[in-house]
Amino acid sequence: MQTATEVGMNHSGMDAAPDAEEMLENTELTDPRGDEREAAKVRAEYVAEAGPVGTLPQAEAPLMLLMDKLGERLAFERSGTRLYDALMMKCKAAGAKIPAKELQHIRDEEAMHFALCGAAIQSLGGDPTEQTPCADIAGVEGMGLVQVLTDPRTTVAQCLHAILVAEMTDNAAWEELIELTLPTGNDDLVARFRKAQANEAEHLEKVRGWYKAATLNGGG
Amino acid sequence: MKGILQEKGVALEKQRLTWRDLVQKPISKLDDDAYTRVRIILMNGIELEASRFSHAAARMNPPALQRMLADVRIVEQHQATLINWLIGPDHSPLETTIAYEQVAIDVTAGVAMREPDPYLAQVYRFGLLEDFDHMYRYSALLDRLEGKDANNILQSYTDILPARPTIEHHRAPQDNLRKPYDRKSAAPLSKLHALTIMAAEQQTHNFYMNIGPMYADPVARQLYAEIASVEEQHVTQYESIIDPEESWLEKWVLHEVGEVYNYYGCMQQETNPRIKALWERFCDYELGHLQVALAAFKKFEKRDPEEILPTELPEPIPFASQREFVRETLANEVDLRANGTEIVEKSKESKASLQYRKEVNADGSPSETISAGYRWAPGSELKLKVA
Repeated sequence: MQTATEVGMNHSGMDAAPDAEEMLENTELTDPRGDEREAAKVRAEYVAEAGPVGTLPQAEAPLMLLMDKLGERLAFERSGTRLYDALMMKCKAAGAKIPAKELQHIRDEEAMHFALCGAAIQSLGGDPTEQTPCADIAGVEGMGLVQVLTDPRTTVAQCLHAILVAEMTDNAAWEELIELTLPTGNDDLVARFRKAQANEAEHLEKVRGWYKAATLNGGG
Repeated sequence: MKGILQEKGVALEKQRLTWRDLVQKPISKLDDDAYTRVRIILMNGIELEASRFSHAAARMNPPALQRMLADVRIVEQHQATLINWLIGPDHSPLETTIAYEQVAIDVTAGVAMREPDPYLAQVYRFGLLEDFDHMYRYSALLDRLEGKDANNILQSYTDILPARPTIEHHRAPQDNLRKPYDRKSAAPLSKLHALTIMAAEQQTHNFYMNIGPMYADPVARQLYAEIASVEEQHVTQYESIIDPEESWLEKWVLHEVGEVYNYYGCMQQETNPRIKALWERFCDYELGHLQVALAAFKKFEKRDPEEILPTELPEPIPFASQREFVRETLANEVDLRANGTEIVEKSKESKASLQYRKEVNADGSPSETISAGYRWAPGSELKLKVA
């Protein structure tokens, strides 16, 4: 497989196109009509009419945001486990110099965080199998990451870039969860979340290092 | 519904929809009942089949009929758009796939249970067990690729279990053809069932052909390629149970009746009031389309529509969990196979199919690969492994 970006036959730019001169004429040949802000108006109408992506049926009012965010974290950590599954496969196939044990360790911690979120939701009277609105949207966000990690053509560096996006989000999200849990007075949960946050800080540091090393190796 | 021949519905010239009408608020993936999504997917399939049939008919018939078909077809285009665009964009293509298989399982089971012709009922049960297995394979892919639980889509109405293994669905083409019903003696319900399931399978086939290459993961791409091939076989199976001796116009009239029948079933069972109003509106549109088809039938064939139509529509196809029926079918019929037009014991499967299967599976089986060691658990299989 390809491990670094190389020079080749990229056809997407105009410098490489034999018909670039004719293409340039398009700008002169078009006399545009209308105001480009029209699309924003249409979009705003849809925003005004839109309902939410979904609701939370079981949470008590003071816990609603926390439950929604716990659902989001559960979904993100579960998908994160699968992203690391894909990264481990990619690193192995590419012969990357990233210790497999360390990747496995991070992957297993992601899976444990998934289980931790499920247990936390249950302890607060919620249903961990429920897809909350924030969980649903986190799934939409994560689709691009899944695509990058599972594409056979992507380099290890490109995959690490995608993982970096996930880890940076992870770090911010655990911090937010701790802030939301503190007012509930549930010290045990806060302590467990702080441990997860510490794990995530380590993940981020390692991924940053691996990404930097892979990029310096010409990984793109 | 009584007197479908007399009901005039909305006149064709009044069936105009703006682009804004076509793009309405989608349903909620989380809050709407799974069967609202099932009905949307089914009716999109019904409308797309109406379009495909109408195009085929136009290519084989004179300009006067082409004009009548075109008048109706553009409305059907817009109906299909409005309906299909109701699926929210927070469904990943794979989550929508889970919903497509829920249609294929629960709607086909509902049809198989009520089909009066025992041979056709057998054919539906045969196809059902294959779509049921596809659900298991796609659920494994969803969990292992995207880290999501298929049951968020299924809402516990439909099981996720291995059935007749997908690796064994691949058959020689001659073993996908079935015997057609007889247009003169078949019950109206049999004709409506066949058109409905054929339409659903056809759109499933098209959907997989379009979204398969959208996935980056080579195993996902392989799985869509493999199951799309099975769906192609299903379209072959279900179109072959329809009597080819029906004339083009007879088929057109039956299509329009089928659309009325299915919209009527949707409006009877819909739980979302906004979508229910839509089904009612489109049922009235279809009654208008039926009037056009009936006029063409009388004009070109000079036949009385009552020859081919029931005076009232049969009870609608149910949109409900068919868990018990599906499990019973699985227990009794998982080992059935096809030989020519007959459904037979595994030991009597045709040599041609065994050979074909050996050839297409020679480099491995995507459906086996993705689901190796998989069993569904609430939330994810990870739950079983972390606990």
